[in-house]
Amino acid sequence: MTATLPRPSLTSPTGVGAGAAVAFHDVTKQFAGHRALTGLDLELQPGELVAVLGPSGCGKTTALRSLAGLEDVTSGRITIDGRDVVGVPTHRRDVGMVFQAYSLFPHLTVRQNVEFGLRMRRVDKAARATRAGEMLDLVGLGDLGERYAHQLSGGQQQRVALARALVTRPRVLLLDEPLSALDAKVRVQLRDEIRRIQRELSITTLFVTHDQEEALAVADRVAVMRAGSIEQVGTPEELYSAPATAFVAEFVGTSNRVSGEVIGTLVRLAGCPEVPVVGTPDEGPVWAYVRPEDVSFVEQGGLAGVVESVSFLGAVCRTRVRVDRETLLVLDHRADERREPGVPVRVSFTPARVAVTTRAS
Amino acid sequence: MVTTSTRAADTTADARSAHEGDGGGQPTRASSSSDGVGPSRGRRRPAAWWGLTPFALWVLAFLIVPCLLALGTGFVDGDGAPTLDNLAALGDPLIVRAFASSAAVSAVTAVAGAVVGAVVCWGLTSLRPDGAVRSAIDAASSVLAQFGGVMLAFAFIATIGIQGVVTRLLIDVAGVDLYADGVWFYQVPGLLLPYLYFQVPLMVITFMPAVSGLRPQWSEAVATLGGTRWQHLVRVVVPVLAPAFVGSLLLLFANAFSSYATAAALISQGAQIVPLQIRAALISETVLGRENVAGALALGMVVVMAVLMTGYSLLQRRTERWQR
Amino acid sequence: MSARTTGAPRSTTAGGAGTVARRTALVVVGALFAVPIAAMVAFSLRSADGTGHDLNHWLAIVDPENERMYRNLVEGVTNSLLLAVVSALLVLVLLVPAMVLVHLRHPRLVRPLEFVCLVPITVPAIVLVVGLAPVYSVVSRVAGSGAWTLALAYGVTVLPYAYRAVQSDLAATDLRTLTEAARTLGSSWPRTMALVVVPSLRRGLLAAAFITVAVVLGEFTIASLLNRVNLQTALVQVSRSDPYAAVILALISLAFAFVLLLVIGRVGALGAARPIPTRKALS
Repeated sequence: MTATLPRPSLTSPTGVGAGAAVAFHDVTKQFAGHRALTGLDLELQPGELVAVLGPSGCGKTTALRSLAGLEDVTSGRITIDGRDVVGVPTHRRDVGMVFQAYSLFPHLTVRQNVEFGLRMRRVDKAARATRAGEMLDLVGLGDLGERYAHQLSGGQQQRVALARALVTRPRVLLLDEPLSALDAKVRVQLRDEIRRIQRELSITTLFVTHDQEEALAVADRVAVMRAGSIEQVGTPEELYSAPATAFVAEFVGTSNRVSGEVIGTLVRLAGCPEVPVVGTPDEGPVWAYVRPEDVSFVEQGGLAGVVESVSFLGAVCRTRVRVDRETLLVLDHRADERREPGVPVRVSFTPARVAVTTRAS
Repeated sequence: MVTTSTRAADTTADARSAHEGDGGGQPTRASSSSDGVGPSRGRRRPAAWWGLTPFALWVLAFLIVPCLLALGTGFVDGDGAPTLDNLAALGDPLIVRAFASSAAVSAVTAVAGAVVGAVVCWGLTSLRPDGAVRSAIDAASSVLAQFGGVMLAFAFIATIGIQGVVTRLLIDVAGVDLYADGVWFYQVPGLLLPYLYFQVPLMVITFMPAVSGLRPQWSEAVATLGGTRWQHLVRVVVPVLAPAFVGSLLLLFANAFSSYATAAALISQGAQIVPLQIRAALISETVLGRENVAGALALGMVVVMAVLMTGYSLLQRRTERWQR
Repeated sequence: MSARTTGAPRSTTAGGAGTVARRTALVVVGALFAVPIAAMVAFSLRSADGTGHDLNHWLAIVDPENERMYRNLVEGVTNSLLLAVVSALLVLVLLVPAMVLVHLRHPRLVRPLEFVCLVPITVPAIVLVVGLAPVYSVVSRVAGSGAWTLALAYGVTVLPYAYRAVQSDLAATDLRTLTEAARTLGSSWPRTMALVVVPSLRRGLLAAAFITVAVVLGEFTIASLLNRVNLQTALVQVSRSDPYAAVILALISLAFAFVLLLVIGRVGALGAARPIPTRKALS
């Protein structure tokens, strides 16, 4: 699959207007037996791509489906451009949705699939054909219009699904783990294209995923969810370098959890020089989260340990160093600094700043 | 019904045969031989022939040969000389009428069975797929679809026969005499209800996989695309289910067309439908050489069945493609 | 799949009409289908003068005085049971090894085998019997005209269904890997068949056996047109003199088939996810 797609002009009919503002206000969803959403509050600015990230069962899919109208909410409001849509049936909400898999109609060609939404809106045949054609070009499938879903690869099917969702110029685009069923390489390619298309069309987008790398790569802002509510919302950089809670610190990227003590605006980590701390936590014992790329080998000082295992990951080498019975540190470093397993080493922490959470001592 | 999983087996078989070649002609390989037998080629034959030869002989004697005989006797006369007289006998108005009656009964029960069966399938979607009620209904369908034809006849004799429970009930309670204008029960019309009794379960068994294969994502996608439930029904459900429906319909038609036992049990004399014509031809003691007419009739039946089953399997293929 | 952790089933299929409408449809059709069975029961309990209900007809069956009338029936039942067992054995001993062999060693024969096993669908029993008559005149000369020889023909008529039952199991189990593993661990072919293949295919084998038994017990066409006595031909004969007995026996057979189905279902041969191939009814 070639990478570059033709770029339609922004003034072409495929260009949608600025997306809508979306907001969840204290949304709760109770199923028989468990509560999927607990007081969810989230705002999406027009044209923004917000990724909702979390483990299975955290409620992210429920949140998306509530916005689509495929689930009712027990309480709370969901507004699109200020208008509460709770109670409005799905087919009147004017949202576009891409499902994880199996959503293309098998008895229709690709073109007919894409035209479906236009058909529902009684757009005439010629206009349907034109708009569908343009949208297929936008997603790079211009010459596959007469194929059927079962003749396409997974990545191609999702492109069709995307074209189908976008052709009706919805105000909001919902993506329910659209890449999870695809191969790794296709996944990366397609997420970049989704991002590009989303930017071009300036459509407000909610992107649900359990893959944190995907979320960080694609989104303007990321909301990390857990057990029905949001733990933290912020730009990918904020989430990565300033996680607000232990869960976020450990879910987003890899962290070394190290004990330390906050003194003033610095935190002292075991055996290392003091480091500036993120935010203004209270003084006292804390857990600090240090990223693997901020841990390095030193000749003297720092902590003593023994190399336990080494993995070559291509761009970096990831070494696990056992410091004591409870502490296994993960370092990312260049391949030329490789140490072999069993070798004693000394490591130190060198982050610009570090996020902490209180620790019961 | 029978063509589904064999397709999967087929693709893997093709992949395998590309990998290892056929059974007998492969040169010996030291390792990585995927059948694990020792290196000598000669040792492979006995095992293979052990398993296949008995089966082949059995099938030859009791399937292939009888088929050929059944189809072939239509072309010879009582002395074994080739003739087209038997085929010409098929043009006999009585026999033509028998084919027409068979077709009529089959068509009516197929359509009625398909519609009612489809309704039952629709009803079944409201049940949990792994629940107790659903399992019970699946079991009941299997049992009813295999209910021996003779016993089915008795069941309906007990129900709407001349002394049947429902017959009497109607007379006593509603004053309605089912047989006021004649006893139709022991004629061709009497076959309709019994046939329905096995057509509906057969439809449920054959059609349900297609109904279960309707993905919830489709109805949700239609909703997000601005379509109402009605549009989902008309533009997605009906077109997607159509091949499976028609395929099952063909199967039901073939099923009724080839049924013998119920008709034999209910209609003890006469040959109003094709299977009964074959009976008459086989057991007739008065007209010599009638067995060969049976052969011609058999040929006629097989032609009809072959057309139906081909249509069925073509439609099945399309249904499965969409269920992937 | 987007994780939907709800407990209730989502019936988002056709029409989206309410659960109530669907359940009503099921109940209505179910009631209609129960009518003949209820009628059979009521019919069999009808008293001799036609007004009340009693168990006379049921008792008459076991009454030794009527033994002569039912002799044919006893012969039919015995024959059918024997035929069921022999047919099931034939299918398991002849068809299954052939299928396994073709699956493992001769993949190019899969198509021909499948075709052969599908022929009995296009060639129904009523047609097949036309060609079986001459074959069986030979068989009678060789092996006598006992009813058990019908098993050879019966096995053939159930081929499509037995094949399908075993095939779906075969396709789902990676038999090739299992047998290769067994072979590399030092097991001979006979032991592999017994210890690996048969247990792995247990479900399909049981389903095939059940279908064979069900078909054989209900078979009428071939037995009747080849002048043999089996359960169904005996039933027809009984029904001419005593329709009540015929109905009662039909009820018993139905109950038996249902119980058999439940038992096999418990043993795990018929899961909801694996629809068994069923025989188109009768003939």
